[in-house]
Amino acid sequence: MKIALFGNPNTGKSSVFNLLTGLRQHIGNFAGITVEKKSGNLQIEDKQHELIDFPGVYSIYPRSKDEEVVYKVVSNSSHIDFPDLALIVVDASNLERNLLLFSQIYDLKIPSIIVLNMWDLAQKRGIKIDIEKLQNYFPGVLIVATNARVGFGKSRLIEAIQNHNLTSSTGAVIENFQLSELENKKGQEQETQIRYQFLKNVVEQVEQVEKSKTDTSSRKIDKILIHPVFGYLIFIGILFVIFQFIFSFASIPMDFIDLQTSNFADFIATNLPRGLLNDLLCQGIIPGIGGIIIFIPQIALLFFFISILEESGYLSRVVFIMDKIMRPFGLNGKSVVPLISSVACAIPGVMATRTISDWKERLITILVAPLMSCSARIPVYTLLIGLVIPKQMFLGIFNLQGIVLFGLYFLGVISALLIAIILKLLIKNREKGFLLLELPSYKMPRWSNVGINVLEKVKIFVVDAGKIILSISIILWALATFGPSGKMDGAEKFTKANSGFEKLSSKEQNQAIASARLESSYIGIFGKAIEPAIRPLGYDWKIGISLITSFAAREVFVGSLATIYAIQDDGGKNVRLIERLKNEKNAKQEPVFTLASGVSLMIFYVFAMQCMATLAVVKRETNSWKWPLIQVGFMGFMAYFGALLAFNILS
Amino acid sequence: MIISLAKQNIGVKSEIKSIASSALTNKLVELGFLVGKSVEVVFTAPFGDPIAVELNGSVLSLRLEEAETIRVESSISL
Repeated sequence: MKIALFGNPNTGKSSVFNLLTGLRQHIGNFAGITVEKKSGNLQIEDKQHELIDFPGVYSIYPRSKDEEVVYKVVSNSSHIDFPDLALIVVDASNLERNLLLFSQIYDLKIPSIIVLNMWDLAQKRGIKIDIEKLQNYFPGVLIVATNARVGFGKSRLIEAIQNHNLTSSTGAVIENFQLSELENKKGQEQETQIRYQFLKNVVEQVEQVEKSKTDTSSRKIDKILIHPVFGYLIFIGILFVIFQFIFSFASIPMDFIDLQTSNFADFIATNLPRGLLNDLLCQGIIPGIGGIIIFIPQIALLFFFISILEESGYLSRVVFIMDKIMRPFGLNGKSVVPLISSVACAIPGVMATRTISDWKERLITILVAPLMSCSARIPVYTLLIGLVIPKQMFLGIFNLQGIVLFGLYFLGVISALLIAIILKLLIKNREKGFLLLELPSYKMPRWSNVGINVLEKVKIFVVDAGKIILSISIILWALATFGPSGKMDGAEKFTKANSGFEKLSSKEQNQAIASARLESSYIGIFGKAIEPAIRPLGYDWKIGISLITSFAAREVFVGSLATIYAIQDDGGKNVRLIERLKNEKNAKQEPVFTLASGVSLMIFYVFAMQCMATLAVVKRETNSWKWPLIQVGFMGFMAYFGALLAFNILS
Repeated sequence: MIISLAKQNIGVKSEIKSIASSALTNKLVELGFLVGKSVEVVFTAPFGDPIAVELNGSVLSLRLEEAETIRVESSISL
């Protein structure tokens, strides 16, 4: 049968879900709506049940896009995900507010179990609940006290699921209850008032509070974490630690993955019969997959930290202290996490905007998130900085190359904020933004919840971004492998006939041939075709080819240059590539990579929307091609004219 | 004296007297902002906005403009 899991935010609903399903979870979409559906298998004896985790809500009447799914499913008994049984997770220390949602589901005649969670916390705060009395108010409903974080109550919960007779209750808070229309706010409010009148009486009868309900220890921690000075310092400190991990320590597994993929490609290349299939595998599919998994360490680390912060209750404090700062930009305190995530990768960043209830604030966050410099830009930045920025000290203490790298990140952040202001003025507001948010008690994070969350985010990235990165890689491979008939073979023959070719080692010969073939392939032709457009920026057709291949993922830029210049990969250090690029001359015998063209390229990469995977995610999240196309438009405009400006100032 | 929750001082317990009608009213009511309930501003964000209030033992954050719609009266301290 189908079992739905409902509950207020911060009730430990995901702990209950993880407790019941463990790792047997999968993520899909609710039928007809683009809201993530998390479901899992629950096997009780020989019966398989599907447990569906709904977003945390205070009422079935939604206040954000994310929350609409609850209304849509429970209001339509023929909906494919309409549950046979509902588990409503209730925070035992805030019974009245939590029972509101339950009473709505109860009145919709869905067979229900109340999961009185965080039982220990309630007891610690001196709250006693008479379960039997509570049961009497809601005939037909089973009530189970749990403490899901430590696994307390699991067997009794499973027993309750097994023993539920699955018939709807005869009782009701509101007789013959009809849901209000989504737009009928007045009707919803009246309904809520009636329910609370009833629930107030219930709670007075079943709950005994010995001491004040106030959570004094959380209040003490808040004194520091919300502090006008220390609050921000601590937040900056935490960000610093996270970025340290993402940028420094993640490079160890990333280098390993990089090496293994290229070794594997070499192995296949030499051990499979030569031919088109071999090329497709070694130059298209394997590097394509490698280009996806290389980002897993950074994404996993980022979400490891974000999950810890979320689980502990700190993240809602970040939202709280950042809200006022973000608002002038048309953003929300909740935009902070998506924007930070985008520094690793814009895809999880864009997905993390779902918690923003206001459509306009959410949309602006989505539109500017890809301006934050993501990790795929790092290889491009480092190559270009190594190429055109001298290794010297600035003012005696600062490393000039480091300053430029910092400057590129800074440029991304500043432009994201400036564009947000412009978008704020341009996009019409449908409703007023708001920030009604609970600041939960501080808790020690549960490592199993953190682990499951990280796994889930990595899975989404691999599947969502992966299929696009992989297909673009294959398309680009085809464009680089095939050309107008005879042209590529002609280029190869011409190279072989070249004087001096015989003197090269066989490796160098192969590289020279690869370079010549690429030049006369379709992609080479495209690169040459766009040269007039990019010449004002200081680029030639070889850079043009690399710009096109960047649409698979930005870091492909480096690999493409290496192929074009027939440079052997030296394990990511690119020493030889940099040497070769430094000596590159154009037709007028002037160097191609100067300070002007190098900086122009860096600026181009800060702004340009070159990631198809992000575009696809933006399309999915905004439900139309309109916004991703607008995004390509304004980011492309900024990239082109930013690069043009930089080139002309510096040259 | 009845004032808006946005103007209430930190640490003063007060009773909710009315909630002005707005697009958000139902959302406030759902969170437990009901006439007659006791509410206390427990701290504010560094720039004075948003504010955090304690209601029914849990802490909720509100922007000042949201708190503006809630009218409260300070409970007499004994």
